[in-house]
Amino acid sequence: MNKKQKKALKKIIISIACLIVIKVSEIFLDYENLYIFGLPGGRLLLFLLYMVPYLVVGYDILKKAAKGIANRQVFDENFLMAVATIGAIIVALAYGSDYTEAVAVMLFYQIGELFQSIAVGKSRRNISNLMDIRPDYANIEEDGELKQTDPDEVAVGSIIVVRPGEKIPIDGIVTEGTSMINTAALTGESVPRDVKANDHVISGCINMSGVLHIRTEKEFGESTASKILDLVENAASRKSKSENFISKFAKYYTPAVCCSALALAVIPPVIALLLGRDANLGNWIYRALTFLVISCPCALVISIPLSFFAGIGGASSNGILVKGSNYLEALSTTGTVVFDKTGTMTKGVFEVTDVCTSGQYDITREKLIEYVALAECDSNHPISVSLKNAYNKEIDRDRVHDIEELSGHGIKAKVDNKTLLVGNERLMRSEGIAVTPPGTIGTLVYVAVEGIYAGCIVISDVIKEHAKEAIDSLHSVGVKNTVMLTGDIKAVADDVAKKLGIKAVYSELLPADKVAKVEELISSGSGDGKLAFVGDGINDAPVLSRADIGIAMGALGSDAAIEAADIVLMDDDPLKISKAIRIAKKCMRIVYENTAFAIGVKLICLLLGALGIANMWVAIFADVGVMVIAVLNAIRALFVKKI
Amino acid sequence: MKKKYDIEVDCANCANKMEEAAKKTQGVKNAIVNFMALKMEVEFDEGADHKSIMKQVLANCKKVEDDCEIYI
Repeated sequence: MNKKQKKALKKIIISIACLIVIKVSEIFLDYENLYIFGLPGGRLLLFLLYMVPYLVVGYDILKKAAKGIANRQVFDENFLMAVATIGAIIVALAYGSDYTEAVAVMLFYQIGELFQSIAVGKSRRNISNLMDIRPDYANIEEDGELKQTDPDEVAVGSIIVVRPGEKIPIDGIVTEGTSMINTAALTGESVPRDVKANDHVISGCINMSGVLHIRTEKEFGESTASKILDLVENAASRKSKSENFISKFAKYYTPAVCCSALALAVIPPVIALLLGRDANLGNWIYRALTFLVISCPCALVISIPLSFFAGIGGASSNGILVKGSNYLEALSTTGTVVFDKTGTMTKGVFEVTDVCTSGQYDITREKLIEYVALAECDSNHPISVSLKNAYNKEIDRDRVHDIEELSGHGIKAKVDNKTLLVGNERLMRSEGIAVTPPGTIGTLVYVAVEGIYAGCIVISDVIKEHAKEAIDSLHSVGVKNTVMLTGDIKAVADDVAKKLGIKAVYSELLPADKVAKVEELISSGSGDGKLAFVGDGINDAPVLSRADIGIAMGALGSDAAIEAADIVLMDDDPLKISKAIRIAKKCMRIVYENTAFAIGVKLICLLLGALGIANMWVAIFADVGVMVIAVLNAIRALFVKKI
Repeated sequence: MKKKYDIEVDCANCANKMEEAAKKTQGVKNAIVNFMALKMEVEFDEGADHKSIMKQVLANCKKVEDDCEIYI
């Protein structure tokens, strides 16, 4: 609790204590017939006594209400509370009833305010803990000693030292040392990453085991940690429709209720008088005052932004950065998800996926890979690299001779004194070797040994482990259409789409075609909810900004993607897409629950109050009770680890 | 020009009031108060002196909500 909250708590306790003392004294003293110095001052004394707890707890509110009136900002909750309680005191004074209700209204209102302030402060701290990636200092080595420096003052290209347990303050490249780093705060991934010299590291990660020397590549303000913090802090500034609705609602609602309360206090007694009946003014004023207490809009005004704040906070603790509550709202109604293929659904790295032998030459699959890797030992072509990776052993160059690169065809070499041909179909044809293509789709590398077709190696972009699961879970959270866009050839694209269960696929597209396609999908599918585009941020920034919701994945370190996207997934797990949608749905459900619950309870209580069924105590529940429940419900949006 | 300031305020409605007051201040193009993050983002008119404007913004905010603070 901070100072203000402690002060408020003290006031509440003092006020409650006073109230108890007065109540107890009422049992022993008959104030009605109490004479002071021979005068009948008992009632006055009781009034003054009740004013003590009332003013202790309500002085601030009265002052604020007076100030509001002076500044012509009349209708706020302070005004409501001030009028309601003063009115109740006057009614009690005039009709000789109890002052307890007036004091209780003020007391519970303040208890509610205190609770709200603590709850908001707590979730604020919670979220900043989740996002605890702000580095406080950077260590710079000077004359053999480490000096703590403000990270803002570290120039690009400086060497910083990060000891175990410290946060990496600035993005850079490791020059010295090996260590494990914990990226959980950034990606939600709990498995630590190994880093060694020449690896890129990003700020916000925690160095766990060894000392790292890092050459900075960016300024602090441009580093990942600063960018992410900026993004999360700015998120609440982009208000959602629901939030705008509530602030508009509150603007008209409070004056409307005040006017109705006034009408309730004046019109029925006037009508009664005109009809020649008892005006019963006190009763109607009492009803009008209950009306005012019920109407306090705090529950709505606080719980809706709090729900969004908690939702965005919960999402960021899972490595999902949402740039504004409006995007969370849009995400919850996603009907179509469009994917980029390479880097999103596939790893974007070529790997050997299949090896088949022809049967014409006596060789094992392992041997085939070994021969090919040896033949390709000098080449740095991505395909050669993936072949060497598949072999994954030290290459003995003494076994290879006479390497000849046949441009556009492949390689001819002597391995273990056998003539090897490694290349595409054209190479084989030109050498007069007949081949049989296997049924698998991908880039095919044919191998011939001593002029005989020995086998074929299939290399393709590998589908991410969770890709299929991700698509299924998207369908299960209510996404109707899944579409894949790619620049890749049709056969490969169709194959990937079929394996993943993606409903529509458009292949051989240029980046500009992707934008056009997304526009077409938006205009044709407008009834099916929002369209989200998921890309890896490379070449697809225009599409990211054109879609209703642009989702960039694995975007750490890619500034263009962080700028263009509305939602940033910190790692490249496609399962996070459906998780983000589930978080958004949960958050929106809470928002609707709170809106419906608060407005519903208030309307019912208002009706009961007008009819005279609800008394001041019901009114207090409708005000403070509803607010407490709504705030507790809102905080639920923070807990999204397991959805 | 845009600048961000830390603020101190107790309730969401008070934050809305501050936002209104800041928006109405001379020299302020737009203002957004983020109650949850306790930040105020102010966009100033072209070529305006942000320091003196912020003093006015603070004064105007204090008028509507005397319990608030802006760390200029």
